[in-house]
Amino acid sequence: MSSMTVASGMKRQRSDYDIEAIRREFPILRETVHGKPLVYLDNAATTQKPQSVIDAIVHYYLHDNSNVHRGVHLLSERATADYEAARVKIQHFLNASSEKEIIFTRGCTEAINLVMYSWGRSHVGPGDEIVISAIEHHSNIVPWQMLCEEKGAVLRVIPVNEQGELVLDEYEKVLCERTRLVAISHVSNALGTINPIRTMIEMAHAHGAPVLIDGAQGVPHLKVDVQALDCDFYAFSGHKVYAPTGIGALYAKRRWLEAMPPFQGGGDMILSVTFGKTIYNEIPYKFEAGTPNISGAIGLGAALDYVSSIGLDAIAAWEHDLLAYATARLTELPEVKLIGTAAEKASVVSFVLDGIHPHDIGTIVDQEGVAIRTGHHCAQPVMRRYGLAATARCSLALYNTPEEIDALVRAIRRVLEVFG
Amino acid sequence: MADLRELYQQVILDHYKNPRNYGRLESATQQVEGYNPLCGDHYTIFVDLDDATIRDISFDGSGCAISKASASVMSSSVKGKSREEAEEMFRKFRELMMGEGVSEEEAEKLGRLAAFLGVREHPSRIKCATLAWHALHTALTGEGEVASTE
Repeated sequence: MSSMTVASGMKRQRSDYDIEAIRREFPILRETVHGKPLVYLDNAATTQKPQSVIDAIVHYYLHDNSNVHRGVHLLSERATADYEAARVKIQHFLNASSEKEIIFTRGCTEAINLVMYSWGRSHVGPGDEIVISAIEHHSNIVPWQMLCEEKGAVLRVIPVNEQGELVLDEYEKVLCERTRLVAISHVSNALGTINPIRTMIEMAHAHGAPVLIDGAQGVPHLKVDVQALDCDFYAFSGHKVYAPTGIGALYAKRRWLEAMPPFQGGGDMILSVTFGKTIYNEIPYKFEAGTPNISGAIGLGAALDYVSSIGLDAIAAWEHDLLAYATARLTELPEVKLIGTAAEKASVVSFVLDGIHPHDIGTIVDQEGVAIRTGHHCAQPVMRRYGLAATARCSLALYNTPEEIDALVRAIRRVLEVFG
Repeated sequence: MADLRELYQQVILDHYKNPRNYGRLESATQQVEGYNPLCGDHYTIFVDLDDATIRDISFDGSGCAISKASASVMSSSVKGKSREEAEEMFRKFRELMMGEGVSEEEAEKLGRLAAFLGVREHPSRIKCATLAWHALHTALTGEGEVASTE
C-alpha cells in the first residue's frame, strides 16, 4: 500500500475525528514560518494552546484577577473557586480519590523535586537505594543524584535494550530491601517508549518500595488512572498537555502527603505562625507556599477540559495511526535510522541521518516551515547509550496530520539534497 | 532557498565533508577542548606553538556542519601565522558573528571566513561557528584546557 493510501485511509478510518475543526481551535497553527505554513512537530518540548485555554486565561485577568484563599471580597472568592475547580479537574483527569492529593507546582520538574526534598530527605538514608531507568529525562535523574549525594544513598539504573525497552529481568534483580524508591517515566521523551509502568509498580511494591512516575509525556497521550496504577506519586507538566508554561501538578497518595514535611515555607502553607511555633496547613496547601500561578492553574483546568471533550481514547487512536504513518514514511528514506523502536510507543519518532548532524537537519527543515527538536532532549545518558551526541525528533500532538508528516519527509529530502 | 544557500555555502559543505588539518597533532604543545553543551559539538584543538608563531595546528572531534567547517577553516587560516595575527583574526571573526555590519571591502579581506556570514541570520547557530575559535583563543592565552563559547 502506498503512503498516500495510508494517509487517506487513516482519515476515513477516523472520520469521527474532526481534524479540521480541531486545528481551527489552535490559532497559532495558522502562522507561517519563512513564508511556509507552520508544521509544528515539536510537541514533546511543548504543545500549542487551544483558543479555550487562551480565553480562560484572558477571562481570569479581565474579570477575576485576585489572590486566592485570602480575601473575603467577591473577586478573591471567584479566583479561589476557579483555582480549586482546576484542582478537581486534575483529580478527575488522573482519577485520584481526592482533590487533596493534587498539588499545584511550576511543572513536572518541580513536582519531582518536591518529592525529592520533602519525601526523599525524610525517607532515604545512607546505603539506601533509589532506582531509576536508563531512559529518564534529566529532571528524573539529577534530583535523585542530589539526594543520593546528600544522604550517602546509591542510585541504581534499569538498563535499556537496543529497541529502547527497559529490561525487566534486570529491573527485578536491582530491586531489594534497600530500595527506597523507584522513579521512572511513563513515556520516554527521547525515544517514545511506553514503559510497562503497571507491572513495574507491582514489582516495586512487592519489595515494599513506592514508585514515582514522571508523567510529562504520559498525560498528553495516554489515559492515566492513578488508582488503577497504584502509583505513589505521579508528576506532570501543564504545557505539554495544551496548558500554559509555569504550571504542573503532583499527585501523591494521601498517606504520603500526610507524613511528608513541607517543601517550601511561606504564606498559604500555614495555619498559624508565632515566633515560637508554626502550625502547618492541611494538605494540599501545606505544599503550596506563596501566591500560586492562579491563571496557569485555571488554564490547565481549561486544557484538561479541552482534551476530555475530544477524549483521550480518540486522541490516542489518532496519534497512534499518525505515529505508524510517520514511522513508515521516514523509513522509506534509506538514509534515515530510527532511534527507539520499542513495540509500545507514543508520539515520538527520533532519528538520525548518516553523516549529517541533527542541528543541520533542524535548521534546514525549519526553512521549510517544519519545527522539530534536535539535540540530546535533556536525556544525555540515552544519547550515550546509543552512541550518539544528538538526534532529530519529530513528536506528535492531537492536531497533527498525515500531510504534515509528508511535509517533514519533503523537508528531509531537502536536507539530503543540500548535503548531497 | 536563497537563505539556505547563504548558510550552507559550498565552502562550508566542502570543509565539513573534507576537513583540513583533521586528526591529532603529535608535536602539539597545547591541547584545548571546545564543547557546546547545547548541541553536543565537541572538538579538541591541537596547537604546536612557539613564542611567536603557530607552527602547526589540527583538530578532531565531531559536531554539526557549521562547527566542523569553522574548525577546518580556522585551522587553515591561522597555520603559520603569528600569535598576534591569529588573535586578530579571532577578534575579527567574533565581531563578524556578533552581527555588526560588514562592508564589502572588509568581507573581501576576510576571504574564506566570509562564508560564515550567513550564520548571523541563525542566532542559535552562532556558537557553532565560534566554538573552534574560542578553543584557539584559549590555547593562545594559555588560560585552561576547556574553552567555552559563553
